[in-house]
Amino acid sequence: MPDLLPPSFDWFPLLLSLKVAAVATLLALVFGTALGWLFARVQFPGSSVLEAALMLPLVLPPTVIGYGILVALGRRSAVGGWLREHLDYTIIFSWHGAVVASALVALPLVLKSASAAFAGVDRTMEAAARTLRQSPWSVFVRVTLPLAWPGILAGTLLAYARAMGEFGASLMVAGSIPHQTQTLSMAIYDAVQAGQNDAALVLVVVTSVISIAVLVASNRFFSLR
Amino acid sequence: MRKFLIAGLMVALPLAAAAQQLTVSAAASLTDAFKEIGQKFEAAKSGVTVRYNFAASGVLIQQITQGAPVDVFASADQETMTRGVDQKLIDADTRRDFAANVLVLIAPAQGGPELRSLADLSRPDVKRIALGKIETVPVGRYTKQSLEAANLWTPLQPKFVQADSVRQVLDYVARGEVEAGFVYRTDAALMADKVKIALPAGGHAPVTYPVAVVSESRQKALAKAFVDYLRSPPAQDVLARFGFAKP
Repeated sequence: MPDLLPPSFDWFPLLLSLKVAAVATLLALVFGTALGWLFARVQFPGSSVLEAALMLPLVLPPTVIGYGILVALGRRSAVGGWLREHLDYTIIFSWHGAVVASALVALPLVLKSASAAFAGVDRTMEAAARTLRQSPWSVFVRVTLPLAWPGILAGTLLAYARAMGEFGASLMVAGSIPHQTQTLSMAIYDAVQAGQNDAALVLVVVTSVISIAVLVASNRFFSLR
Repeated sequence: MRKFLIAGLMVALPLAAAAQQLTVSAAASLTDAFKEIGQKFEAAKSGVTVRYNFAASGVLIQQITQGAPVDVFASADQETMTRGVDQKLIDADTRRDFAANVLVLIAPAQGGPELRSLADLSRPDVKRIALGKIETVPVGRYTKQSLEAANLWTPLQPKFVQADSVRQVLDYVARGEVEAGFVYRTDAALMADKVKIALPAGGHAPVTYPVAVVSESRQKALAKAFVDYLRSPPAQDVLARFGFAKP
């Protein structure tokens, strides 16, 4: 690389990857925290089976996730057919598909750490808050969540990293449409397949630099606490 | 101890048998016909196993460039094969055309749009059109030539979904995720219950399949035998049955 970046460098895949990973992580954070609390605090029949099912994306190959989304949300499915019929919307070949795929694979990471964090919260603190006439919601927001927060945040950072690197399931669901659904990992895949090694190298370097920056920033954040 | 010896032998035996293994990298559209031809070739030459690697021709030549251990390369277009010859990856004197095909426009059989001309692709009810990636998939390049000849390439751009191989285009149409796609006639015939052929695309270079021995092959005699076998009557019968034309 004579110049730092070639003048024709296409920023779109990088920006799309950041956007997809951000939205997917937000979804994983909300649902992961809620489910993590549920599994840590509430015993209901089948809870361990449900938790195991939600952890599946961590174990299964991404192609299985991609196939699952195609079957569940594709045009021939009940949900996909309804969306297409009534809203003229389809998740396949849109960047929303990549968000769903990334959120599914990122969810277990938030869920597991949130569940462990909630389980580790000292229940006597919550009891003390209740004696001060705090509502259950107030106890959760002002006592439980702040105490569990470091664990949840650590899981969320892992989830972001995982969402950023998502490839297989996103490719199957969103396709690799340049300037529409082509994320960074897909751009690298396409460049290597087409023998454009220089373009691939530039993308790999850019990805690595950004990933290192995110990891360093998160380490700083945690050591400052 | 004996158990370990037997286990060791069971691991080592397939390696010994692999001495007469022929690796053929072939265009995705040849998948079904080549699997059958491979069985016939194995029956004709005892002790030989044919191992296939199917993908888009552009991906296959890229793998050969990176040193993949391949003996025979069969491409879905002349351009990719010529690129291999230019890079000295292919023995040019073994190159032969062995089949031909037709580019067709297809739509989902159930609920797909009625397409009577290429210009119908501009209609608003055609939202997505699947085609092979221009860089690596020959069917994508044929499609581009065809649409350029009809002055539709630029206006249709926003509707394109580029697929990794012709078989992925076929899958997208069969699943109804796109309203139209460009594949070879032989691919459409494999899913006649799920996709319908609207019309032959036309306006592109003839679709002919060249095959050749890879320069780095360590068993060139066997590779040459496979190349020659493709033009023999038994192999040509199989190709004809799958809908391929003679070159």
